Amino acid sequence: MSGATAVRTGRTRRARRRRIGIAALAALLVVLAAGMLMLGKTVYPIDDVVRVIIGQDVPGASFTVGTLRIPRLAAGALAGIAFGIAGSTFQTLLRNPLASPDVIGITSGASAAAVLSLVVLHWSAAATTALALAVGILTAVVIYAAARGGESTGGRLILIGIGVGAMMNAVVQFLVQRAAEWDVSVAMRWLTGSLNGVRLEDLGPLAIAAVVLVPIVMVLSRDLRALELGDASATALGVRVDRARVLLIVAAVALACFATATTGPIAFVAFLSGPIAARIVGAGGSPVIPAALVGACLVLLADLVGQFGFDTAFPVGVITGIVGAPYLIFLLIRTSRLGGSS
Amino acid sequence: MTGSHVLEARSLSSGYSGRTVVDGVDLVLPPGRISVIVGANACGKSTLLKTLSRLIPATDGAAVLDGKAITQIPTKKLALTLGLLPQQPIAPEGIAVSDLVGRGRHPHQKMFRSWTAEDDDAVADALETTGISELADRAIDELSGGQRQRVWIAMALAQGTDVLLLDEPTTFLDLAHQVEVLDLLTDLNRSRGTTIAMVLHDINLAARYADHLFAMRDGHILASGAPQDVVTPALIDEVFGLDAEVISDPVSHTPLVIPRGRHHVSGGQSA
Repeated sequence: MSGATAVRTGRTRRARRRRIGIAALAALLVVLAAGMLMLGKTVYPIDDVVRVIIGQDVPGASFTVGTLRIPRLAAGALAGIAFGIAGSTFQTLLRNPLASPDVIGITSGASAAAVLSLVVLHWSAAATTALALAVGILTAVVIYAAARGGESTGGRLILIGIGVGAMMNAVVQFLVQRAAEWDVSVAMRWLTGSLNGVRLEDLGPLAIAAVVLVPIVMVLSRDLRALELGDASATALGVRVDRARVLLIVAAVALACFATATTGPIAFVAFLSGPIAARIVGAGGSPVIPAALVGACLVLLADLVGQFGFDTAFPVGVITGIVGAPYLIFLLIRTSRLGGSS
Repeated sequence: MTGSHVLEARSLSSGYSGRTVVDGVDLVLPPGRISVIVGANACGKSTLLKTLSRLIPATDGAAVLDGKAITQIPTKKLALTLGLLPQQPIAPEGIAVSDLVGRGRHPHQKMFRSWTAEDDDAVADALETTGISELADRAIDELSGGQRQRVWIAMALAQGTDVLLLDEPTTFLDLAHQVEVLDLLTDLNRSRGTTIAMVLHDINLAARYADHLFAMRDGHILASGAPQDVVTPALIDEVFGLDAEVISDPVSHTPLVIPRGRHHVSGGQSA
């Protein structure tokens, strides 16, 4: 059957492009990870880094790499993966590139909860994560409830979300000002996201969330690709639309909130990962793995630039913010030209 | 494939937020035939189709497939028999035509079973039937409205269901493309025996292409049957509130509705 051969050829070609894209992103991630471990005040050669990783004692490097740089790398990569998947899931599900959890205020809500818990209440990392998750989900529910009904739910959801996000950022500023005005790095973390001072023992909740939630989202990504065609088409294709949507939203909100509770709401990583991934691997496939890789690469690259690119070290969120903001403006202009709905 | 599956409505009511739009409808879609639901705007024809395809729940009565209420059939299993082309499906940006058509294979695939040769065959077959094989690798965004509608029909075909419902498949298309789409659906019905039911706006195209017409007003079915039995001046007046003559379509010999209107009516022609 020659028609089937042609279909197969096209599909294989797109699959190959996708595989090459994913491999390239994975390779970039490895290079960036190596950079994260090698670079710093003291530059260690790769073999010293490898020896530290496999557990050998290397004077100097064992502390610097093992205690400072590995946690920073792990936090950055995990947060990037979580933000990337959360963002692309939201964007695909709500069929709008503006609808990522960092644009519509969900990570700001989680951040406000985290700063309240850590800086004001002095709760533990686990309790902080739980509170961030609860407030993140609450924020999502509030935005959804406020936006639902009538025409143009999508456009209204985004506008309300941006408003809620601004409000939550004000809460963060208020709490930080009250409690930690002497500590710029704490303030920066909860306002824009930062990897400074992350310890390995803080990463437990985020690591567990990634291990549990990423496979769930991957399994559900088949349903997600049907949901992308609209609720009616997804129903016709046999997807249990409400169940799939709730599971996907909860998983994505949870990923974003766990990451936020650990590193702060690293600006625009969730927002940028999906669209960049689609450029690299092409449209049509599952967005989960490419978006996760792009998210991790973005965070690590931005952190390297922030640490070493300027005379002053900047936290990672400042750099991603500088990159993400123009794209946000571009999308807002395009959306308002198209009539603001959809 | 044969049109052996029977989809029916049994005293079916449904609507939106407490407002009844479809009110106690009984109908049986003749298996292996083309049924068309017609009626004025807001008569409930789209809502009826949506309830038959489980997009909105019945508030009373039931949509029944082969004797079983569709709400009792697991949605994925139902998707193997009952297909639907909604009025405004959404195409993901930049997706290739054959990938989009391939999404129709969703109900045939299991969680960990990857794409198979059977899926490729189904997609190729659907592209061929709809005459868009040469567009397979194009991005959907580059296509015209008529071509896009063929892609969506191809996706529904790839799903391989014996019953296919379509909600105004000719909206937004110019007349030539409307005829093209309806011809295509007739081909499908004849070659595969697919039971087709659709909502159409244009009473004349409906009368030409339907084996069986359902005429609706205010949530009720006023008349049903073969177009030549159903389409009469009295019914057109009742359904559309339109004064019209019905003549024989010179091409298809099906009923052709000629609206009278207030202007441009020359004297001495009234029936």
